[in-house]
Amino acid sequence: MADTATKFDKRPALLLTPAFIAITALVVIPMSFILVYSFYENVDLAVDRVAFQFGNWEELLTDGYYHNAIWKTLKISFVVTVLAAVLGYLPAYFIAMTKFRHKWLLLLLLILPFWVSFIIRTLSWIHILGNQGAINGLLQWLGLTDEPIRMMFNEFSVMVGLIHVFLPYMILNIYVSLEGIDENLEPAARTLGATPWQAFKEVTLPLSLPGLAAGSLLVFVLTGGSYVTPLILGGPSDFLFGNLIYDAVVTELNWPMGATLSFTLLVLLGSVVVIYSRFMGLNQLSKAFG
Amino acid sequence: MARVELKQITKSFGSFKAVHESDVLFEEGSFTTLLGPSGCGKTTILRMVSGLESPTSGDIMIGGKRINDVPIHKRNLGLVFQNYALFPHRTIAENIAFGLKYRGVSKADAAQKVKDALEIVRLPGVEDRYPSQLSGGQQQRIAMARAIVIEPDVLLLDEPLSALDANLREDMRVELKAIQHRIGVTSIFVTHDQSEALAMSDRIIVMSAGRIEQVGAPEEVYNNPASEFVANFLGASNIVAVDVKGRGADDVTLEVPHFGAVTLHANRAVNLGDAAKGKLVIRAEKLHLSDGAAPEGAVSTKGVVEAVDYQGQLARYFVRIGDVQFQAMNMIDGAPFAQGAEVSVVLNPDDCSVLANEA
Repeated sequence: MADTATKFDKRPALLLTPAFIAITALVVIPMSFILVYSFYENVDLAVDRVAFQFGNWEELLTDGYYHNAIWKTLKISFVVTVLAAVLGYLPAYFIAMTKFRHKWLLLLLLILPFWVSFIIRTLSWIHILGNQGAINGLLQWLGLTDEPIRMMFNEFSVMVGLIHVFLPYMILNIYVSLEGIDENLEPAARTLGATPWQAFKEVTLPLSLPGLAAGSLLVFVLTGGSYVTPLILGGPSDFLFGNLIYDAVVTELNWPMGATLSFTLLVLLGSVVVIYSRFMGLNQLSKAFG
Repeated sequence: MARVELKQITKSFGSFKAVHESDVLFEEGSFTTLLGPSGCGKTTILRMVSGLESPTSGDIMIGGKRINDVPIHKRNLGLVFQNYALFPHRTIAENIAFGLKYRGVSKADAAQKVKDALEIVRLPGVEDRYPSQLSGGQQQRIAMARAIVIEPDVLLLDEPLSALDANLREDMRVELKAIQHRIGVTSIFVTHDQSEALAMSDRIIVMSAGRIEQVGAPEEVYNNPASEFVANFLGASNIVAVDVKGRGADDVTLEVPHFGAVTLHANRAVNLGDAAKGKLVIRAEKLHLSDGAAPEGAVSTKGVVEAVDYQGQLARYFVRIGDVQFQAMNMIDGAPFAQGAEVSVVLNPDDCSVLANEA
């Protein structure tokens, strides 16, 4: 018996190995390349010189253009997150509380959009918000306006597109949280004298905060890293930080700068996750997808 | 404190009638149990009183006032849930004080009331803990404290003991009854457990399939079941078709197959009425087996033990008498009877009751 107690148990290490290998090969090593690349010097289009210099980082830290992009990205992420939380809570609450027997159908409806390409879902807004789109068509047909109202290719349409794409993540997280609340708690609060609103505010809302927090983190990080939606739905000045990376790598063929920007975004969003998890705990995330 | 009255109350869920027209009275300060199997409508009645369900028709009166349209939070009721429904994100003190803040009680008074309530449920000093840090029995007491601290007009208990393990359950039922007695609040207790009902209640309302089968004090319901259902739900009973042979001033004589003539006191035949045929209810625990000859003058017959269900201090015997199988629950004196043993089966007429046999 004594030797089994002192013997090193290999099982945890063995079980962790596949994940460890995957993360090393797919995340740590590529990101190290990116970090190394950020010190290279871009000489001409697609021509880089191997070097160890801080020119790219200096540009990032001194050029107001980048600061503006970071600021705008954080602002849009924040607004999209708050709106998604507000818009997502109600459907999540409804799905969790409904007595409808086929609840799975409602959840399926929530996941259904994922079956359509993200690009197509995003493009569809052009047909809704565009000058010849559904809303303007209706308004003009009703005679409420002569000129089409400009709703496309600005910050508004970008946010609409982002909320549309990320809302299901928010709803699912809140739903999971609500679903875990004992259904007798609200009635208990009611019998003790709370109005329906007070019962919700005192019991259900605080108990659903972990799901709200997890959903908010996901939406914030996903928004912060997105670049296709602004590309399709935004105007020339409606770019997020991800678009700068896209421009640097694809348009300017300046890979060292692209690497610098990529690493910056990783650090920015990574620190949001770290700070957040210190206060909220991330175990809700696993609940939502488990 | 107030009396609760349900007048011609019904409740339907779609085409399913959970509660048929019922009149129920819960006396002021009494402890009344709604007893029945699951799906009999007892919980529905409790939920209608609490306001969590609204009746399809009929009136609910508390203290003489019709409260059908009074919202839940204005009814001033204490409801104890089966799973306690304590707020997991609140401390014990906050849980108990929850109802007080809607009643304009000052912070200082609330703290004192919480302390007093914890004294009443004999769990002082746990104010700052969270529900998850308490055991099931302790959570049960907190749920009770939370319900009584608001001085409710009526205390509603929805199977509050069924989540506890057997030993704790028996302790808690004594305690629960003691608490109710001390504060004297009108209480409605819902259970499917007949021994809980018999031990705790001033009055028992036995329900089956949405209808009230019988209302009465525990001894009344136990000794004089009004129907075959009640006879079987409150312990195992043998039910035998009998003919009424004669009626005296205060007794009834029945012809019981195999046992012969049995004379019952009239107070055991209240549910017989004028019927010529009856159903004799012999409780399994009142049917005695003995291996020798039956004592002189006892009502008895011969039988064969077909099966033995050994339960430690008790044994349940399945005894064949003629073409009928009887159940007998007897204390084991020495060794239990073996399967196949021939025994005398003795019944004491004072322990039997008789129902009318309409068929």
